[in-house]
Amino acid sequence: MIYEYLLQPFADFGFMRRALVACLALSVSGSAIGVFLILRRMSLMGDALAHALLPGAALGFLLGGLSLPAMSLGGFVAGMATALVSGVVARFTAMREDASFAAAYLTALAAGVLIVSLKGSAVDLMNILFGAILGVDDTALMLVVGSATITLAGLAAIYRPLVVECFNPGFLAALGIRGALYHYLFLALAVLNMVAAFQALGTLMALGLVLLPAVAASFWAREVWSMTLIAAPMAFFSGAIGLLLSFHAGLPSGPVIVLIASLCFLVSLLGGSRASVRARLSHPVHLRG
Amino acid sequence: MTTALRLVDLTVSYDRHPAVHHVSAEIPAAEMTAIVGPNGAGKSTLLKALLGLAPHIEGRIECSARRIAYLPQQAEIDRSFPISVFDTVLLGRWSRFGGFGAATKADLHDAHHAIEAVGLAGFERRPIDTLSVGQFQRVLFARLLLQDADLVLLDEPFAAIDAKTVADLMRLIQRWRDEKRTVIAVLHDLDQVRRDFPNSLLLARELVDSGPTSRVLSSENLLRARAMAEAWDEHAGACEMPMRLSA
Repeated sequence: MIYEYLLQPFADFGFMRRALVACLALSVSGSAIGVFLILRRMSLMGDALAHALLPGAALGFLLGGLSLPAMSLGGFVAGMATALVSGVVARFTAMREDASFAAAYLTALAAGVLIVSLKGSAVDLMNILFGAILGVDDTALMLVVGSATITLAGLAAIYRPLVVECFNPGFLAALGIRGALYHYLFLALAVLNMVAAFQALGTLMALGLVLLPAVAASFWAREVWSMTLIAAPMAFFSGAIGLLLSFHAGLPSGPVIVLIASLCFLVSLLGGSRASVRARLSHPVHLRG
Repeated sequence: MTTALRLVDLTVSYDRHPAVHHVSAEIPAAEMTAIVGPNGAGKSTLLKALLGLAPHIEGRIECSARRIAYLPQQAEIDRSFPISVFDTVLLGRWSRFGGFGAATKADLHDAHHAIEAVGLAGFERRPIDTLSVGQFQRVLFARLLLQDADLVLLDEPFAAIDAKTVADLMRLIQRWRDEKRTVIAVLHDLDQVRRDFPNSLLLARELVDSGPTSRVLSSENLLRARAMAEAWDEHAGACEMPMRLSA
């Protein structure tokens, strides 16, 4: 019975196994990126960045059809271009970075939808916007696992400067170190992750497995490493349960996975051990000192 | 008296509006110098220019310091970031281990020692968002201790700090002076400047006076600084003072 519900779908179907492995890779690398996005107060900018992949992916689609490498390459180039242009615009003009991100992402989304509609059908558009994790083939899996590996190695390499750039950028500047360089390296890793997540969850929800578990983890832990350690299993749990639910109930898998992650967030928001609703409502005895 | 720092006709502007205007001054080495002036007088901008962080500089800064340490105003630091007291202090050794190297046993030992020296022993593992403003300022001073700089720049080190903490931190600053380090501090408490800082630089965008504190902080000079602050014109035309080409 338990075997039938929880394990058999993965044992019997290759597409379920590949989807599960893709979820695992996305969870491990995505949660680390997510924690930094939150700590940098960039969650919404990250989301805008994910949407900005669309015109690039759409151009890849226009030139190469539904070929994942072409769409991924296009998406990565478009995401990086958006991040760089928004950053440069914010640095050289009076426009704030969040506003320039919003402007770039709206432009990108509109252009992307238009480009897809030039050639594709409504189904293609749905696939690009909302993903098709059950359609992950071996090439796509290698791409997802490869970018997860690069992300983890890259984050480990720039960890210290990135942390300092987050909480005290002036300190690096006074030492004559260009903190902006690490900011952009981080953005590049974030975009890489969104490209990996894009096949599974689409450009509109690519950040679902990145941000939601990280936000949920912030209700349980307070260090960068412990938040990541909590967020990663939570993301994988959402992916696995989401896949099973969508398999048994015949629902689209991307939204179900993201909704399970939202449920984790909601539970953490209500019952987490710090700064949660429960912590706010309970009145424990105050300490002596 | 040797000179640690020489400003030659220095102008620093934001968006063409000068925040520091044609300032020439000398700051003695191995001595404590206060930078004093009304709000908006360009004090913090001057420190940023010394660090090479100001956007647009005309004129010259001649600096013989090998290593500069800088205490920012607390508002420039994200206190909600989850990092411990110990890790924050250890960053003072950045010039030793950089972004990628490992801290040595000696670095860890020195960090513990610095935390003790600022009176925060036992706080090592505390996250910085649980500290009071005064305690956090002690953390930043511990980090300065580890930086082992010959020029120390302090931007309003005692803003919103209680008397006991000010006294403790003042002792650290005096120790730096005894160790032949040059200390430059932006300060607002004139009584404290008169008491503890032998040298001053009075700024009101332009230099009012610089030299021994007893002379610089005369009532005429302070009056002039205030008058200059009130006369600022936000819609000024181009400055016609010729830039001297060499000094």
